[in-house]
Amino acid sequence: MAAVHGDAHGHGHDDHHPSGIMRWVRTTNHKDIGTMYLWFSFTMFLVGGFLAMGIRAELYQPGIQILEPELFNQFTTLHGLIMVFGAIMPAFVGFANWQVPLMIGAPDMAFARMNNWSFWLLPVAGTLLVSSFFVPGGAAAGGWTFYPPLSVQGGLGVDLMIFSVHILGASSIMGSINIITTILNMRAPGMTLMKMPMFVWTWLITAYLLVLVMPVLAGVVTMLLTDRHFGTSFFNAAGGGDPVMFQHIFWFFGHPEVYIMILPAFGIVSEIIPTFSRKPLFGYSSMVYATASIAILSCVVWAHHMFTAGMPTVGQLFFMYATMLIAVPTGVKVFNWTATMWRGSMSFETPMLFAIGFIFLFVIGGFSGVICAIVPIDIQVQDTYYVIAHFHYVLVSGALFSLFAGVYYWLPKWTGHMYSETLGKAHFWLSMFFFNLTFFVQHFLGLAGMPRRIPDYNIQFADFNMISSIGAFGFGLTQLLFLYIVINCIRGGEKAPQMPWDGATTLEWTHLPSPAPYHSFETPPVVK
Amino acid sequence: MGLMNSNSRANVLMFKKLMVFSLVMFVFGYALVPFYEKFCEVTGINNLLQPDVLTKDNWVDETRWVTIEFDANIRGLPWQFKPLQSSARIHPGEPITVMYEITNSSNREIAGQAIPSYSPRFLEKHLKKFECFCFTKQVLKANETRQMPVQFVIEPGLPTDVDTVTISYTFFELPDGGSTAKK
Repeated sequence: MAAVHGDAHGHGHDDHHPSGIMRWVRTTNHKDIGTMYLWFSFTMFLVGGFLAMGIRAELYQPGIQILEPELFNQFTTLHGLIMVFGAIMPAFVGFANWQVPLMIGAPDMAFARMNNWSFWLLPVAGTLLVSSFFVPGGAAAGGWTFYPPLSVQGGLGVDLMIFSVHILGASSIMGSINIITTILNMRAPGMTLMKMPMFVWTWLITAYLLVLVMPVLAGVVTMLLTDRHFGTSFFNAAGGGDPVMFQHIFWFFGHPEVYIMILPAFGIVSEIIPTFSRKPLFGYSSMVYATASIAILSCVVWAHHMFTAGMPTVGQLFFMYATMLIAVPTGVKVFNWTATMWRGSMSFETPMLFAIGFIFLFVIGGFSGVICAIVPIDIQVQDTYYVIAHFHYVLVSGALFSLFAGVYYWLPKWTGHMYSETLGKAHFWLSMFFFNLTFFVQHFLGLAGMPRRIPDYNIQFADFNMISSIGAFGFGLTQLLFLYIVINCIRGGEKAPQMPWDGATTLEWTHLPSPAPYHSFETPPVVK
Repeated sequence: MGLMNSNSRANVLMFKKLMVFSLVMFVFGYALVPFYEKFCEVTGINNLLQPDVLTKDNWVDETRWVTIEFDANIRGLPWQFKPLQSSARIHPGEPITVMYEITNSSNREIAGQAIPSYSPRFLEKHLKKFECFCFTKQVLKANETRQMPVQFVIEPGLPTDVDTVTISYTFFELPDGGSTAKK
């Protein structure tokens, strides 16, 4: 990335900042920090991807080939934790760091020093998580949701996981406080809340969700820690605790967390679709209200993750209906995107392809979510591959595809170069093909009863698993192409104009050259 | 760096508010624990440690018999634990008392807590327990033996296709002779 900022130095007044490694350690510049967030999350994405490849290699055939069951469980657990907390969440924070100040016309984030700290906590937490594979007893193996009693009984690996969740939580909370303050206090004159770009709106609401639920996660892992080492019995039945209570508190965090990972994705797609349709976003204010409704509803649906854990029928009905209600504001969004494209002057560059792929596949994931919300069906499919297929459709073809879309969309602004359109399109179509090859068949496996988190399976599941594994290997390799495209774009390529996309209307395109100067909007622009 | 702009006081104020909010949410996480327990108590879910009261309209259904099997388990403590009868046959609605015996075969004082489990699971709804050794912790001195009763009624509302039920208890050790389960 050094090359990018080597270029950037030419612009604006170049005040003293250290060069070499210390520049990255001490930087308080939102663009540097955003870049580091993105590289960190991509590194974690490769680590989590490696674990996924291990899982799929083991499941390529029935029987135990590569991973012993204990190690397989560590792979599934750490794959989930690393992808959620290490890859997807920091990637969106990276986007927020780069884009929020640029899109609201602010010179930097509100608390630049704290911003540096929130980033540098991440490599510490990531190292703790990954190193837990090498301690006696290995990494945590009780699933990414770390339910007791397994998480109370596990070894040192569980302690490392608890500490790293603490650190990641602290980082997220600081990042959110920074984002909220920046958005609420530092908008350019004239930019009222209802004139903010959708991406900024979705991040404002996401940041509020984060400060709402990350402390609860910190609380529940602290309870786990004191249960393990300090004689408390929050979750230990023998001491009067209740393991089901863990699930309630965990999912009180966990369900809003799902929306924390998808709302910024909605924001990115809501920027890209209007740009490449050359039309303003259809129903802007309804988009804002839909986002807020989703955030509020997400706080009262948590127990749909626990329909089989034991719950009165009234409770099941409440959580079932509340969950299905979320389909309404989500539907508003999908229809608004479709209406934005309707009769638009559309073109299909890579960001637009990923955004349309996002809508198409996210809707499939959303529908399987509504299916899972129905209690009698959920009791059948709980902990099967149907659920795996469902949440990979919303997290991979949802959150991850939107991240790819956003990277392609903003790379010209970040690096000053155009990426290779041909390779970008190849990346999209290969991802699309292999993603569906991997995960679509998992719906069938789940409906046929294949349980998740098990390294071996009945011979009847063999064919679909082989297809799924081939898809996974293809998807994994395809992401190396993405790395190549991004590095190529940083190192050179066609010079990007200030406004490479005709339909773009936000401040970073209308007011700043490409690449965006190291210091931007020191004098705020005036928004009419 | 454009940091010390006119916004910085407003920013610090906002920072403080959001930090306080985060701390409140951390405490809220802990507050969910008593809230959960109170919720379960009020709604009667998960009521393991409170004696039930018999409703006045209880009656004995003499037209049918239910066989109750008694099961006793030990989890990780040096005790022996068994019911004095392995099963009983009663009419639904008829009160019954069953004796259990525990022996501490170690040379130290140990506190234990029994946790019940029922099969079928919905038996819990129809089982009214007036007295049980599982309502409190049991402290046994070295080599002490104790006999303890369980007194209950299975309500006639038990579905008629159920003719055998199992009531099981498992004793867990309470660390450091700790206090009994809270609820």
